[in-house]
Amino acid sequence: MSTVELERPKAASYKLKVIDCDIHPAMTSWTEVHPYLEKRWIEHLSVYGSHLRHAFSEALSHPRMSPDAARIDAYPEEGGPPGSSLELMRKQHLDPNGIEVGMLIPLRWNPGSQRNLDLGAALTRAMNTWQVERWVKQESRLRASVLVAQEDTVASVAEIDARGGDPNFTQILILPKTDEPLGRRRYWPIYEAAVRNKLPITIHVGGTNGHPSTGGGWTSYYMEEHHSVAQTMQAVVASLVFEGVLERFPELRVVIMEGGLGWVPSLNARMDKHWARLRGEVPHVRKPPSEYVREQVWFSTQPMEEPATSAELTDLFDRIGWDRLLFSTDYPHWDFDDPRYAFRANLTQAQREQLLYENARKFYRLD
Amino acid sequence: MVSVRALDRLNLSLTSYPQNSPLSCRPDWALDGGAKAGSSLKAMRDHVLDRFRPRYGILNCLYGAQVLHSEDMAAACCRATNDWIRDDWLNHDPRLRASIVIPSNNAELAVAEIDRRADDFRFVQVLMLVSGETTLGRRHLWPIYERAERLGLALGIHAGSAYRYAPTAIGWPSHYVEDYVAQSAAFESQLQSLISEGVFAKFPRLKVVAIESGLTWLSGFIWRADKTWTGVRAEVPWVARAPSEVIRNNVRFTVQPVDAADDGEAIMRLADHIKSDELFLFSTDYPHWHFDGDAVLSGRLPDGLFRKIASENALTTYSRLARADQVMEVVP
Repeated sequence: MSTVELERPKAASYKLKVIDCDIHPAMTSWTEVHPYLEKRWIEHLSVYGSHLRHAFSEALSHPRMSPDAARIDAYPEEGGPPGSSLELMRKQHLDPNGIEVGMLIPLRWNPGSQRNLDLGAALTRAMNTWQVERWVKQESRLRASVLVAQEDTVASVAEIDARGGDPNFTQILILPKTDEPLGRRRYWPIYEAAVRNKLPITIHVGGTNGHPSTGGGWTSYYMEEHHSVAQTMQAVVASLVFEGVLERFPELRVVIMEGGLGWVPSLNARMDKHWARLRGEVPHVRKPPSEYVREQVWFSTQPMEEPATSAELTDLFDRIGWDRLLFSTDYPHWDFDDPRYAFRANLTQAQREQLLYENARKFYRLD
Repeated sequence: MVSVRALDRLNLSLTSYPQNSPLSCRPDWALDGGAKAGSSLKAMRDHVLDRFRPRYGILNCLYGAQVLHSEDMAAACCRATNDWIRDDWLNHDPRLRASIVIPSNNAELAVAEIDRRADDFRFVQVLMLVSGETTLGRRHLWPIYERAERLGLALGIHAGSAYRYAPTAIGWPSHYVEDYVAQSAAFESQLQSLISEGVFAKFPRLKVVAIESGLTWLSGFIWRADKTWTGVRAEVPWVARAPSEVIRNNVRFTVQPVDAADDGEAIMRLADHIKSDELFLFSTDYPHWHFDGDAVLSGRLPDGLFRKIASENALTTYSRLARADQVMEVVP
């Protein structure tokens, strides 16, 4: 019998060794978090539900390409949403893709965007404990993220301090669509707590704040909405630079997660150019903005940029800094990046290992 | 109405360009007595027209008539602005061309204003701000694009905001420099809007010119937009071509400012990424301060590419540019 070999990129032949910085766990049902949530909030949620600056209580106003933006093959046989089965996650992702360490990024219920601040804070406490009990204690490859309700700075700082000494947590998670740009001073106590607890701040696409998804109004289509996260992340980086956060907290380390990379060199150049012209307005920014970015900001790789040639991609990495890139898959979402095929570039073995493993190992101090 | 409400004394200067910001006026282009930079034709001749000796120079007026909330007031102010551009500028120098300022939140009034200028070929472009009332691809704006395409007017999208919304999706920044940095992201969003909504599928001959967009964001834009389109095109079946191809066909970019340390190197890299040397249009952004001396572009460009940027690309983009030469009537 003859076989036909499809023309597609060849899989890497060596054994994969990967740190995945972006895995989305889900709850089989919302009651899963009840053991960690005060009775008052269980009752509140059953009567009033989630309360966001958003028209639909359950759906997104720009429906994704698939329900929950998930891969169709990621639904567990036993029911529940994609990302809710540890067994399937092992079988489908952790084992075959060589994931040695995986960072959990829980997105559902959006505690940081809840208009009721006390509800948001209660949800962060419950979901942080849920990550440890339901995932990390069951699977030693996984790590949790400290969710915070960033609009309530006092509660956020208390939660960071409560989790700071717990090695199950590797970072603090904030979604970028906050009430005000993240560089504004109301959020500074969070950065202070992050530095105190030696935890990076990871900013993962998402959140609802009532502002249109672009500076020119609301988008009509998911195609625009999905693209707009790259512009949103540029605004986050500019805010952290120009409000003086990175100057004030030189030990603060920030990860821009799932926001793309292609824009980094042009944003750096734009900020430098206009800082040079307008620095009289921002004397607290003491050096060219790109220097703060180079020293204090990292970028997760998914969805990987796909220029026409290998040289264009490696040129992009050169200009951002190879050591600033943290590999991520976004499992179980539809635009998942496979570690074998994600980089459409001719990489040396050392470069591949750096991107897939070494950078994150160093960044998260996993030794 | 004008005298009762003193509307003629309104100062409609845009927040996007504070008059005394270093960016808004190059120091040696400032006018005596604190007059608004760019408000003197004589100075413009000295600073630009006689200095760089362009065959044509296109005026893009940013006085702000187009951002008024009242559609009627915006229409009246736009009409007055365009009359003034004609009477005080175009009629006095045969090298000058201009953009039509429109009340862009009312397509009917905007089209009426475009029609009013249709036979004056010195108006070569319709001007909109990058951040206005709604995203620019929305269908209620299509009559404007239909008319622009039919009359051979380019659609110029200029940096600037009506401040209907925060300049970023994460809210209001503290500083002017952040607002200005955010302008390039606004261009990215509007280009994605125009493409996704199908404006170029409906109006294939429409040329859009991104004016003062910063330019170098385009590389990352096409990589991401093409990839996203490949994944989600089922949502927008009318977008039959990859965004990068749409841009090559329909979108042009002025070359000041270039967000890069070396303008020439950046444009070469960009031409390589987008696979075209026809997208870039010479501009000074007078009187804004993006460069010093006569070095409009830092770094070096090959002669052929420079020639394209300096004139050929503009002549292709603005089909009305040369047509006005026969009807010029210059008032001394």
